[in-house]
Amino acid sequence: MEKVITQKHRGRRSLTLLTLFAACMSCLAAGPPAVAQDAGPEARGLEIALEARKRGEGFGNLVSQLTMVLRTAKGQESTRQMRLKTFEVANAGDKTLFVFDKPRDVSGTAFLIHSHRDKPDDLWIFLPALNRVKRISSSNQSGSFMGSEFAYEDITTQEIEKFTHKYLRDEPCGDLTCTVTERTPRGEDSGYSRQLVWHDKKEYRAWRVEYYDRRNELLKTLTVADYELHLDRYWYAGKQTMVNHLTGKSTVLKASDVQLQADLNERDFTRTGLRRAR
Amino acid sequence: MARRPVLRRVKLAAVGIAALGIATLGIASGASGKSLIDSHEFSGSVTVENRWFPKTPAIPEQKDFGVNLIAAPELYLESADGTSLTLEGFYRYDSSDSVRSHADLRKAYLLFVGQIEDQEWELRLGVDRVFWGVAESRHLVDIVNQTDLVENPSEEVKLGQPMAHLTLSGEWGAAELFALPYHRLRTFPGRHGRLRSAFVVDNDRAMYESGAEERHFDVAARYSHSVGLFDIGLSVFDGTSREPNLQPAFPLCALDPGACVLVPLYEQIRQYGLDAQMTYEAWLLKLEAIRRMGARNALGEEEDYTAFVAGGEYTFYAVFDTDIDLGLLAEWNRDSRQMRATNIFQNDMFAAVRLAFNDFASTDLLVGILEDVDTRSRSFNAQFNRRLNDSLTLNVEATFFHNIAADDAAYSTRRDNFVSIGLTYSF
Repeated sequence: MEKVITQKHRGRRSLTLLTLFAACMSCLAAGPPAVAQDAGPEARGLEIALEARKRGEGFGNLVSQLTMVLRTAKGQESTRQMRLKTFEVANAGDKTLFVFDKPRDVSGTAFLIHSHRDKPDDLWIFLPALNRVKRISSSNQSGSFMGSEFAYEDITTQEIEKFTHKYLRDEPCGDLTCTVTERTPRGEDSGYSRQLVWHDKKEYRAWRVEYYDRRNELLKTLTVADYELHLDRYWYAGKQTMVNHLTGKSTVLKASDVQLQADLNERDFTRTGLRRAR
Repeated sequence: MARRPVLRRVKLAAVGIAALGIATLGIASGASGKSLIDSHEFSGSVTVENRWFPKTPAIPEQKDFGVNLIAAPELYLESADGTSLTLEGFYRYDSSDSVRSHADLRKAYLLFVGQIEDQEWELRLGVDRVFWGVAESRHLVDIVNQTDLVENPSEEVKLGQPMAHLTLSGEWGAAELFALPYHRLRTFPGRHGRLRSAFVVDNDRAMYESGAEERHFDVAARYSHSVGLFDIGLSVFDGTSREPNLQPAFPLCALDPGACVLVPLYEQIRQYGLDAQMTYEAWLLKLEAIRRMGARNALGEEEDYTAFVAGGEYTFYAVFDTDIDLGLLAEWNRDSRQMRATNIFQNDMFAAVRLAFNDFASTDLLVGILEDVDTRSRSFNAQFNRRLNDSLTLNVEATFFHNIAADDAAYSTRRDNFVSIGLTYSF
């Protein structure tokens, strides 16, 4: 139960789990920028990543209900329910609070994450049985989030600065046209050798991510669906499905009751606030 | 029977707090023209637990087997302005020990939150449980709540404590003030219970150093802050000790040794506490230390003392190409009174292995050993938890005592190895 979230060691922008859904939230309805077609694949890949990030910025505060359905290869299911609250801090890392509702035996358990741009995040857990607030390590990047197929590094921000980027090609994705970009982790903490990301060329939303393990074999595929537009500016994904090709296990993560620019108070994102998180 | 009236008073106080709470919530929300209670939640758990002691008891009247039924319901009410009322009750029935069968009001408090400029404040009024500290083998600085010792010899379970608890916090950290108007007696096993002293503790004879007895007004304060890798806490407590000094009843024990009982004596003490943790990569380094004045030692003489627990924890993630995390824990407990200490932690090493399986069932296993460096007395403890379905969990705990020396504080429990198996339904 203790190792639910982790942090980014390096990187400028820290959206924690928000980016999971808002992998591409669009700023204003301006058309896509003129991405230089003649630039090299590295420059083009970086440009796509930067544009996708820019469209997710300025999201304000956020409240959401999350439901995670874990499936084994044999079809056994297990459900997790939690509430997510994120407080955006100007020019610094965001503050995030998770409160678990199901399974009932961990109901009331809460996590507080203070993200940092230039150092590891701070992470605390509240254990309701003992009324204990405990500071825990945030150094486990590739571990499983709540027994799911999502690793911590999948649900925290994919900082642009933590990867090298390379544009590969354009290809159709549903009714849209997507760019396919390869990103390679710079650090050694990641469990991946590289990822392939599909962004649509219109709104820069991520639709598909392929994760290759350290042996460079396809490990997992993430497909994103049910994007909804919030506040006329932000695209927020309603459903994400992660399939593990090695084990046959999968996890579906759904967001509901999403509220952006919510009425949140920064005082609820302190160690004292964590004690009364519900 | 002093115990029962105490319990009744606490219950009466709880009912009072609850009524006051609902009234306050009503006024608060009535003023804003909204409904009485904005949200409510009823939750809790019911547990069936069997505890088995495989060895014949050291004292013939002690029982080998107990069937337990535990209920812990909780009600949470919140008004539209954010003021809330929390009520949490607890009841255990133990077929082997009528004294271990007991009820407690763990929480019954009103919570108010607000802001003054950059500072936030939080006020809790009523019965609550507070935890201080960082260590695993022992909770040394944690002093606000009385230990519910019959629950588990680990001293980890606490009784509800009536209090007014004010917290102020800001960029500079958090300052907390506690007003503690009422003292709770530590629970001890009864005549038929295991894991007890050779003579039973008779709470009906409890004595206090202060003339105000359980109504002595205790105070406590704590400052805590988190700076980079470090989380630190500094605390002070002034009032009635939570740990009683146990003395044979006089003249009963001299006249009739067969009927001898121990009398708990609660002194007036002052305790300064420090707790600190450094969190670096997969390392947690921990220290808790206290300086306590006014308590008596095992010889019954007043002796000021210093005690600490220091150690750490390191986690290896995803070991053996699995999802399993393996944590190694080690802590050293020391008490300046040495063999005059009133507990078993005068010079004890703790080492443990923790396995978190990170599976659907959130399986985890903790196996630890506590060894007395002076006497070589050892106790082994294993705890296993696994979720069976969305509302049912299995909890298994086993403790084994080995080579308990005759002069060790735990000597009377030398034959009290136990295995406890519990099924908890959470709702």
